[in-house]
Amino acid sequence: MKDQKSSDVRIGVFICDCGSNIAGYLKMPTLVDYAKTLDNVVFVQENLYTCSEGGINEIKEAIPRENLNRVVVASCTPRTHEPLFQSACEEAGLNPYLFEMANIRDQCSWVHMREGEKGTERAKGQIAMAVAKAARLRPLNRIELSLTHKAVVIGGGVAGMAAAMALGNMGYEVDLIEKQDRLGGLLNDLNLILPTHEPPSVLLDDLIGRLENNPKVAIRTNSTVKKVEGYIGNYVVTAATDGNENKIKTGVIVVAVGARVLKPAGLMGYNGDRVVTHLELEAMLKQGAATPKSVVMVQCVGSRCEERTYCSRICCMTAVKNAILLKENDPTTSVTILYRDMQMYGVENEDMFRRSKELGVRYVTFDPEKPPIVEDGKVDVYHLRMGKQISMPADLVVLSTPLIAQEDVGEISTMLKVPLNENGFFLEGHVKLKPLDFATDGIYLCGNARFPSTIREAITQGLGAASRAAGVLSKDALHTSGIVADISPETCCGCLGCVQVCPYGAINFFEDRGVCQVNKVLCKGCGGCAATCPSGSARLDGFSSDQIYAQIEKALAG
Amino acid sequence: MTEQFDPKIIAFACNWCSYAGADLAGVSRLQYPPSIRLIRLMCSGMLAPSYILKAFEKGADAVLVTG
Repeated sequence: MKDQKSSDVRIGVFICDCGSNIAGYLKMPTLVDYAKTLDNVVFVQENLYTCSEGGINEIKEAIPRENLNRVVVASCTPRTHEPLFQSACEEAGLNPYLFEMANIRDQCSWVHMREGEKGTERAKGQIAMAVAKAARLRPLNRIELSLTHKAVVIGGGVAGMAAAMALGNMGYEVDLIEKQDRLGGLLNDLNLILPTHEPPSVLLDDLIGRLENNPKVAIRTNSTVKKVEGYIGNYVVTAATDGNENKIKTGVIVVAVGARVLKPAGLMGYNGDRVVTHLELEAMLKQGAATPKSVVMVQCVGSRCEERTYCSRICCMTAVKNAILLKENDPTTSVTILYRDMQMYGVENEDMFRRSKELGVRYVTFDPEKPPIVEDGKVDVYHLRMGKQISMPADLVVLSTPLIAQEDVGEISTMLKVPLNENGFFLEGHVKLKPLDFATDGIYLCGNARFPSTIREAITQGLGAASRAAGVLSKDALHTSGIVADISPETCCGCLGCVQVCPYGAINFFEDRGVCQVNKVLCKGCGGCAATCPSGSARLDGFSSDQIYAQIEKALAG
Repeated sequence: MTEQFDPKIIAFACNWCSYAGADLAGVSRLQYPPSIRLIRLMCSGMLAPSYILKAFEKGADAVLVTG
């Protein structure tokens, strides 16, 4: 499309009633009459609902009929409705970036419900600003990116296996990279799973068997990730298997590296022999060791403390499970759980908790200020309800320690350029809105790498991450937004200011020509470069200075 | 003073946070005075100092930068 001169600009303005959401509070005839007076506006239409099929059709019909080359919709928020109106423009043959919105509902009629005329005045201002900006819009292009329809899953625990299985079943080739010599992760070390009383091998053998028989899934055990290059749709992951490096092309990456159990050296007399972690107890039970006569379990060892403030979520269930299993092995064994708060969410866990009490497991709360004292053969604790120190025999003491981040998360987060939280767990894009995505496109996360989770939660998250990844892989090609930065090579003086501020590493400096250039695939359109550039060479398309100046002037005119 | 002071305020809002917040104010029906005009940016980091100066030059009583 050719650049249009300002005198050729023909703007159509569509003003939405949104039923009574806008029309109930603002004077619509005033807005329509006012819009007609604005420069370059040749057509104004009021719609009951602009976003309805009828409203969209009115836009699509008006563009050729009125020979419109800019469209402004005054309605709700561009955050929800801009793509819809843009595609209406596109279908009518207008570049979708020659479209602008005025927010007169969420940011006007809904927040000025009792202001009368003044609310209508604000809507007039916002429409005039949108029209002024629209007159200065330029057509922009979305860049089409190639897309490798393959996935890499890092980590072959239960979450990673679930993700790989789901993607493989959808027909995408998957490389499942596992550091250890077999799949299964932490699950390999567990004894029995409640409430089914099944050994984890039942679940694992089934999952591993199905993965091995899936022709789309390549299992790479004894492998580590050495390097990650590229961007969404076009990543190259270098994986080393027994010292041999392979470059794997992939469109998306799922991070499922799991976590490990804290070994509480120096805490509560931990020695790995008669004072052990739950994981070590499970290994003992698995080997069929004799059930001790008296067992004391201590919760929150090394968690919910100054060093690690978080609750590891799964330790209460694990302790209750193991208490039940000990009691089932030998009902004469005494089992006491010393706890701060029991977290047994969900009906199944509550049932398990109740059953442990029926079996005679004792529960005693302790004050973190007066923690239990573990000595040879006994545990002393201050009993809050009795108000005195009590002593109980303990042939075995089992400590509930938290899951902590893997040792190599720092390297992985650096390679993938994704963040960790203060405890070394991977940080999702948004805790509620994007729990399985990273802020970086094309990388997803699940399982214990994200935060301690149960087997069921890890599987659910693995399936969820696979679903998010498939949302990308199911496309034929990817398109970047047209809202990206551009640097004029004629005026760029190569000061590198933009390179320093760009949070996405999207600007390269070409020494031979002495200029900076934007990689439009990596650019996220924040415009930081444009604000920094001393020569005005960098601009953010769709939000350029002339457009924003025009909005400011209109906002303050009259 | 016979007339109430009605300031002209220009607000710059980041598309991803404060613009969304301004939308949320609407969805929550929080009421505020209509003497404000809001300009959407793709990040508060793209706010050039000249935009603020331009607003004051054109007669703004206040500029609100949110992000």
